[in-house]
Amino acid sequence: MLDFVQQLVSGVALGCVYGLIALGFVLVYKATEVVNFAQGDLMMLGGFFAFTFIGMMGLNYWIGFAGAVAAMALFGMLAERIVVRPILGYPQFSIIMATIGLGYFLRSVAGMIWGTDDFKIETPFSQGVLRVGSLVLAHDKLSVIAATVILCTLLWLFFNKTTLGTAMRASSENMLAAYYMGIPVKRVVSIVWAISAAVATCAGVLLAPITFIHSNVGLVLGLKAFPAAVLGGFGSIPGAVVGGVLIGVIESMAGFYLAEGWKDVAPYIVLLAVLLLKPEGLFGLHARKKV
Amino acid sequence: MRFLFKTDYEDDIRLFPHSGYVVSYGLLLAVLLIAPYLLSSYLMSQLVFVCIYATVGVALLILTGFTGQASLGHAAFLAIGAYTAAYLQKYNVPFPVYFLAAGLLTGCIGALVGFPALRLQGIYLVIATISFAFIVEEILARWESVTNGNEGLRVKALSLLGVTVSRDSPTFYFLCLAVLVLTIVGTLNLLRSPTGRAFVAIRDSETAARSMGVNVALYKVKSFAISAAITGFAGVLFAHKLSFISPEMFTLQLSIEFIIVILIGGTFSLHGAVLGAIFIVMIDPFLTYLKDDLPGIIAGVAATFGAGSATAGNIQSKVAAFASLNGLKGAIYGIIIMLFVLFEPLGIYGRWLKIKLFFQLFPLYKRSTFKRQKIYVKSERNR
Repeated sequence: MLDFVQQLVSGVALGCVYGLIALGFVLVYKATEVVNFAQGDLMMLGGFFAFTFIGMMGLNYWIGFAGAVAAMALFGMLAERIVVRPILGYPQFSIIMATIGLGYFLRSVAGMIWGTDDFKIETPFSQGVLRVGSLVLAHDKLSVIAATVILCTLLWLFFNKTTLGTAMRASSENMLAAYYMGIPVKRVVSIVWAISAAVATCAGVLLAPITFIHSNVGLVLGLKAFPAAVLGGFGSIPGAVVGGVLIGVIESMAGFYLAEGWKDVAPYIVLLAVLLLKPEGLFGLHARKKV
Repeated sequence: MRFLFKTDYEDDIRLFPHSGYVVSYGLLLAVLLIAPYLLSSYLMSQLVFVCIYATVGVALLILTGFTGQASLGHAAFLAIGAYTAAYLQKYNVPFPVYFLAAGLLTGCIGALVGFPALRLQGIYLVIATISFAFIVEEILARWESVTNGNEGLRVKALSLLGVTVSRDSPTFYFLCLAVLVLTIVGTLNLLRSPTGRAFVAIRDSETAARSMGVNVALYKVKSFAISAAITGFAGVLFAHKLSFISPEMFTLQLSIEFIIVILIGGTFSLHGAVLGAIFIVMIDPFLTYLKDDLPGIIAGVAATFGAGSATAGNIQSKVAAFASLNGLKGAIYGIIIMLFVLFEPLGIYGRWLKIKLFFQLFPLYKRSTFKRQKIYVKSERNR
């Protein structure tokens, strides 16, 4: 029983990691209907920025964290301006390819600048564990869970309660109509890329003690976070976190109870099963085209 | 320019609309047939890969280009074809039999993948095909009694009619070329048949296709099956060419490469698959060539513009150091993909059509002929 709870908790922690990255996917999709395959690489780059500020320049952890978030927000805007804006309005497939290209580029450039070693950031949560009864919880994992809950709540409030959030939802449904209603669509898209890059950076920095930072971390985790976003129904913020937690729990349970090899496949099998029953994901909006 | 005078509906769907096609493709085929006697063995080897990649490209075009169903799982189909061939070869099954068996098995699996895909669209379909590819990759790594797991399988040279055909021989090249040509001709015929028109109708609008009486589900499954089967055939040749296969060859990376083949070549015509395959296979040797020779060339240019020999040498060593940086290839790859999406969404073949039209209409060419419409109103969620 204790094993089960321990696996459950570590699965939830792992799932929050996926959920945090999936949040970035969902944000961009929710506001622009662009699927950003470079999201994991934005996370990797955020981690490297933080490593540069904290590990190499020796800044305070929180200042370095904030600096990395700010720098990556700017970088997200830049990437949007150069790669995404010229092809807004074209079929989704072209945009997916463009972001795959961006991902390749970022991975290689990060490898060229920082090398291919694993890096680690010293954080206030690196050491220390919390003991509840005979359960053992590492602080770094708890920090990820807390950050996921906080970010998810903030973003959900932002999208549903603020004017800017409403504008983003509007421009995702129909850019032209949103433009006619006085929404500066270009700026909205730019801001959403900044936010999603910032969220990715939070994920990258919080993950640094757990997964380390290397130039391929974005690809590896991105490929797990992507099913999480799809499982939750692309475009739903709570869905991303629920999907992430589900994938994380399934992965850690499969790793513990099933034979070797199931761990990596089980999330995808569950994903396929869910898509068979609910093609729009768990929380996706079901819509039919009106002719 | 030539004006075609059509008097019959048949004129619209002819394989060769006029004699110019026969001449130009005949010449191309002739050149390809004598190529083994002209090119170096390295280039021949690359040409075989071009044939294999182009075959997969054609398969992917049927599914993605003409039926509108994106797939990032074609590496898995290729793997199934390759492993079927390698497995059957162990039991001394003759080449024609396991070649067909690989295609058949892959086609059946493709149809099985097609069923769940019926309800999925856009991004959901992409992730479903990625999941399928991951599962196949893991099965290949774990099912050791058949696939030999991560250690991989050795593939013997193929024997055709009792003659052993080594993977570097011209005969093997002719075999790959024949498969490619047959695939292209078959696909052209398929596309001008009712089935092909149904595919295109589904791509353009599923709702409209359904209301015109197209059985959308049936044709989607057909498209998946045909595409997978062709990829399976290519997989057999791939296995023989590499002579060794292991699960880590058939990763998502390879699926992305296949998508890049059709994206860079052009997704609206079969020419795109071939041009894209040439591009993707040749870019590696080309980059290696640049890496070796470019520093010297740049230094030479600097020297002619008055830089001293010391400065020129300095420049050369700096450029060489940059060119041998780890991962530069990936960066160039990424930039090329982005540039194509941004500036030439019609691909290499689209560029060729533009150049051709420019000369045909010479003073009257206008850029907006090829301008794509941007759609800001359609949300892919309500499809």
